[in-house]
Amino acid sequence: MRPFAFQRPDSLAHAHELTVPEDATAVAGGTNLLDLMKLQVETPERLVDINRLGMTEIQETADGGLRIGALATNTATANDDRVRADYPVLARAILAGATQQLRNRATTGGNLCQRTRCYYFTNIDQPCNKREPGSGCGAIDGIAHLHAVLGTSPSCIATYPGDMAVALSALDATVEIASPDSDERSVPVRDFHLLPGDTPCRDNVLERGEIITAVTLPRPVKAKHLYRKVRERSSYAFALVSVAAIVAVEDGVIARADLAFGGLAHKPWHDARLSELLVGEAPSAALFDKAGDLLLEGARGYGENDFKIPLARRTLAAVMAEATETEI
Amino acid sequence: MSKTITVNGTERPIPSDPRVSLLDFLRENEGLTGTKKGCDHGQCGACTVIVNGMRINSCLTLAAMHDGDSVTTIEGLGTPTSPSPLQVAFVEHDGFQCGYCTPGQICSATAMLDEIAAGFASDASEDLLGEMQASPEEIRERMSGNLCRCGAYANIVTAIREIAQGDA
Amino acid sequence: MSAHLKQDEPVTSNRLDGMKQGIVGQPLSRVDGLAKVTGTAPYAAEYKIDNVAEGVLVTAPITRGEVTSIDKDSVLSMPGVLAVLDDERLTTRAAQGTANEAPKQDPATVCYWGQPIAVVVAETFEQARDAAKHLKVEYRVHEGAPLDPHQVAPEEQEDETVNQGDLDAAMARAAHTVDVEIATEGHASAAMEPHAAIAEWRDDKLTVYASLQMPNYNIAELADSLGMEESNIRLVSRYVGGGFGSKLGISEETVAAAIAARELGQPVRVVMSRQQVFQCIMRRSETTQKLRLASDEEGKLDGFAHHALVSNLPGEEFAEPVLQSSHFLYGGENRQLKLEVARIHRMTAGSVRAPGEAVGMPALEVAMDMLAEKSGVDPVELRLRNIPDRNPEEDLPFSSHKLADCLRQGAEKFGWDSGPRKPRQQREGEWWIGTGMASAARVHNVGEAKAHVTLKSDGTAVVQSDMTDIGTGTYTIVAQIAGEMLGIPIEKVLVELGDTKHPRGPGSGGSWGAASIGSAVYVACEALREKLAHRAGTSETELDLRDGSVVGGNSLVELLDGEDISEVGHYEPGEIADSHTASGFGAFFAKVRVNRFTGETRVDHMLGAFGFGRVLNEKTARSQCLGGITWSIGVALTEALLFDPVDGHLVNCDLAEYHVPVNRDVQDVDVMMMEERDPVASPIQAKGIGELGMCGGAAAIANAIYNACGARLFQYPMTPDRVLAALPD
Ligand SMILES: Cc1cc2nc3c(=O)[nH]c(=O)nc-3n(C[C@H](O)[C@H](O)[C@H](O)COP(=O)(O)OP(=O)(O)OC[C@H]3O[C@@H](n4cnc5c(N)ncnc54)[C@H](O)[C@@H]3O)c2cc1C
Ligand code: SF4
Ligand code: FES
Ligand code: FES
Repeated sequence: MRPFAFQRPDSLAHAHELTVPEDATAVAGGTNLLDLMKLQVETPERLVDINRLGMTEIQETADGGLRIGALATNTATANDDRVRADYPVLARAILAGATQQLRNRATTGGNLCQRTRCYYFTNIDQPCNKREPGSGCGAIDGIAHLHAVLGTSPSCIATYPGDMAVALSALDATVEIASPDSDERSVPVRDFHLLPGDTPCRDNVLERGEIITAVTLPRPVKAKHLYRKVRERSSYAFALVSVAAIVAVEDGVIARADLAFGGLAHKPWHDARLSELLVGEAPSAALFDKAGDLLLEGARGYGENDFKIPLARRTLAAVMAEATETEI
Repeated sequence: MSKTITVNGTERPIPSDPRVSLLDFLRENEGLTGTKKGCDHGQCGACTVIVNGMRINSCLTLAAMHDGDSVTTIEGLGTPTSPSPLQVAFVEHDGFQCGYCTPGQICSATAMLDEIAAGFASDASEDLLGEMQASPEEIRERMSGNLCRCGAYANIVTAIREIAQGDA
Repeated sequence: MSAHLKQDEPVTSNRLDGMKQGIVGQPLSRVDGLAKVTGTAPYAAEYKIDNVAEGVLVTAPITRGEVTSIDKDSVLSMPGVLAVLDDERLTTRAAQGTANEAPKQDPATVCYWGQPIAVVVAETFEQARDAAKHLKVEYRVHEGAPLDPHQVAPEEQEDETVNQGDLDAAMARAAHTVDVEIATEGHASAAMEPHAAIAEWRDDKLTVYASLQMPNYNIAELADSLGMEESNIRLVSRYVGGGFGSKLGISEETVAAAIAARELGQPVRVVMSRQQVFQCIMRRSETTQKLRLASDEEGKLDGFAHHALVSNLPGEEFAEPVLQSSHFLYGGENRQLKLEVARIHRMTAGSVRAPGEAVGMPALEVAMDMLAEKSGVDPVELRLRNIPDRNPEEDLPFSSHKLADCLRQGAEKFGWDSGPRKPRQQREGEWWIGTGMASAARVHNVGEAKAHVTLKSDGTAVVQSDMTDIGTGTYTIVAQIAGEMLGIPIEKVLVELGDTKHPRGPGSGGSWGAASIGSAVYVACEALREKLAHRAGTSETELDLRDGSVVGGNSLVELLDGEDISEVGHYEPGEIADSHTASGFGAFFAKVRVNRFTGETRVDHMLGAFGFGRVLNEKTARSQCLGGITWSIGVALTEALLFDPVDGHLVNCDLAEYHVPVNRDVQDVDVMMMEERDPVASPIQAKGIGELGMCGGAAAIANAIYNACGARLFQYPMTPDRVLAALPD
């Protein structure tokens, strides 16, 4: 770790002020940032500890939704009674991630902002456009086992590694952001993370000095909530592919199908066309296949990760079959 | 603002270099080497300690972030002359071999039993809303954040089960 | 006084069985247990040494080349930095097990990505770690270093080669044949305690606290590296947080700490980061294996061929001994065995738990499963039919042979269905369920060992050796053997290990520790018993000791009459090693489920039945087996070192991306220990047990995957992507 000054703001305004400079970074749980600082992937000269700014509450919103504070721990969120009862996909996604020890520290804001697990990104002696713009991408010609098959660019094929945000994307949650020079702005989770394009160094829409204050969930809907994570050991492993699904069947036809996917792209992948395709149709293997075709239309593998294309298709089918109680 | 951490009941000053992880603070500044460093990156659980009642990886947090907090380490759970019931059960059921992951396992298990009692759910919980049980599968999932390369898992689960059932 | 036994003959007296204390074999809890569960057992980095400076290794980000310059000034002005050392004695590879001499030194020559080239020392760890990252080093790169074992001409290991009979003819006339290529990926030991050393000099005397499996060899390795006399070195390694081969030889941090401490005139500690442990300690070589089996109608082997290609760095002698058990496990008149090494630039390949069989057996036992299917013979029965009476290559007798018992009794306990087998017969929801089995085999080794046993006038005993306990239970079994022989309860035996100020033990490696050190203790105790018998006016063989007294006679305290008596027991394997084939045998049975959508595999139940001679402590022996089975799951499903194709660096160099099994991966596990007395294996009739538990287990899982879903995989580990790719339809 490089030496840094440790700062602790006493208000949100103060936090903005402290985090505006290029060399300052906010720390919440620290489970991602400190990991990367030890590797010198992140080298802030000022570390701004935002943990004493409150923002831990989980409260109902005026329109019947739920507002989860940016500093609520993953454990608090997953075990909140309202989350468990009304948004089980979120509880399930959080519980499928990391370990209890990590979830006890990890926060809503930090989890959304966690960086890729690309092996080349975390090794400062390797080329990586995300870490060091212009240095090249080690993964494209290297080991791309974990990497993306959707929305990649010639500069970067990394994935967003998290689970929670995949559920938030399926739920169509909103990220509440406090900006230094304006009031709060709200960004749908689906738009929060960016695709790599030519600027893979940017993971998400946050500007310097901005602080996530909360994530807001819309009013709950009656539907089946599933989170399926495919991984290489039975726990404590990142997703190869994951699917968050909120699905309802009425009178034999699909009435709702909000799906999001992890492990496939630089962001939790949400494709509105899937829901258009599925809603109104009777569940069947053929339908799920079509959904798979649509999802993976533009997919491209990089050798090592070619498997993600069939795996995503199959996992989608498995989840839809389970959600709609269809034998396939 | 206080600049101390309570370690096993005693208030201790926080070191001046903010880079010092809670783990290094415990091991180097406090000489509490029962807490182990297996990876220093949140990937093994050997450094698990209990902070304000919650188990965390002490390697992925800074001592400076914990002023005013209360930390319990393996040394605070029991001693050779007065071991905790879980420590005794680990010996009895041979829940370790080399012993390096063991303090982390025991801190983790200690907190885990409280979590189950408090109704925390896990990835293995079939019903998120039901009562939580210390079933073998629940224990396995909840203890999966503590790697044991010696492969003592089966015995670890047996040891924890014994204490969990005793509690019930 | 010392007593010596060189074992040239079988020892059938089974003396331990005749002793009266009755503690050998008992499932006693570890004597070091409380120290470990309370965190009071000190591991290498944890000795409280005053004024210790912190060293961090600097590693090269190139594959092959030379260091042309190191700009020491680039870090010497950083706060707290004390020194940058690139001393030519710094070692750049871990020493191989039992090397007994310095490993490769010369840090200016880089042979693999991640090789240590210097050490930076500072007042605190944070300062040193930061400075190590900042050090400016220039390299001259030698392009074109070979990285792919399949792209270079391999070297044949001629002493492994067997050409017996006519394999091609056997294949041509066989009723059933199997001809298959199976690959395994590299593995890391990944012991939970990272490599660490603290070095301290007093005048010309060096003490190093380090994490070592074999101080008895390590002391020579360190002495040779530093150019000094062994007699000026003391190594302390009382608790070792796992070894699994990675700490057999000294590694880079030990030499670096010693050199730095000398240079600075203050103690220095060097602890490797987890990434460094992955990048510059031993890997198990990947293997590509070709198996050919030829059998008659009933599955009896007539031809047997096993070829393996492994890799290592140029200049390394070690070649993963893949064929080790293939030489004798099954019969077959016509045999061809060949081991080849490709020279490539990845970190040193060396011993990782059960070198050889850990990967050879999983391949062989998949081939056997295929033969069972082709011949229509039940897999258990097929193995039974092919157990040879004598070593089929050297025509030697086996020291003992428990394979048939393990197969039969294991099958019974597991509930093995010997009916016709077809894939995809059982489904539960999304999961296909299947079973599989495999044989286990692991050659037995022993090593020369000394132990100092003192019976004190107060009736307690002290056993001392530089032998280590790496989790194997050595402290406990040594206390049991001494207590048994001397007739005292285990609480009265103090065992002091892991310190070279004591006599040389065998070291912990190749599963030989318990049998070897146990034999040295046994030899010493026999001599002590002679003395006691003399004092008691009887003969040693008539002397019955229990609970601190001659049964029906004087107490030890009375016999000793204020005197301590002591003996150094010296055990050496003798000619017997050449006149017999000694091996542990066993059988694995697995029940798995495979997700038909995602290809994920879970091992629901695993049973291992093992015969490894005398069980010295049922509890710790069982734990060793559980550990081996856990590793089998890792080999089968999760563990693979991934190397970059461009520069050969290890990409998944941490515990997040190198997947050792987690608790949830290990479901129901059963261990059956088939007690036996092996008179050849050691004077205490015990064999090695630490590794057998993973020698073939992965194949039981692979065969169960096939039985579950019809996917026959030829590559370990069987991750979801590979299972999906192999699914029929
Ligand atoms: C071994 C390991 C395994 C893991 N496995 C999983 C897994 O399976 N699934 C999964 O989803 N995750 C996993 N994680 C990641 C873990 O979930 C994240 O590290 C965690 O959620 C990050 O939260 P944090 O509060 O600790 O973030 P920090 O480390 O504190 O911060 C991360 C980033 O977010 C920024 N940030 C934090 N809070 C805010 C805010 N309020 N406003 C603006 N910016 C903010 C920080 O500046 C920093 O850049 C794993 C982590 C480890 C170490
Ligand atoms: S995939 Fe992205 S993160 Fe990974 S090396 Fe390439 S640019 Fe860097
Ligand atoms: S040392 Fe903290 S998790 Fe490994
Ligand atoms: S006891 Fe050795 S790692 Fe768990």
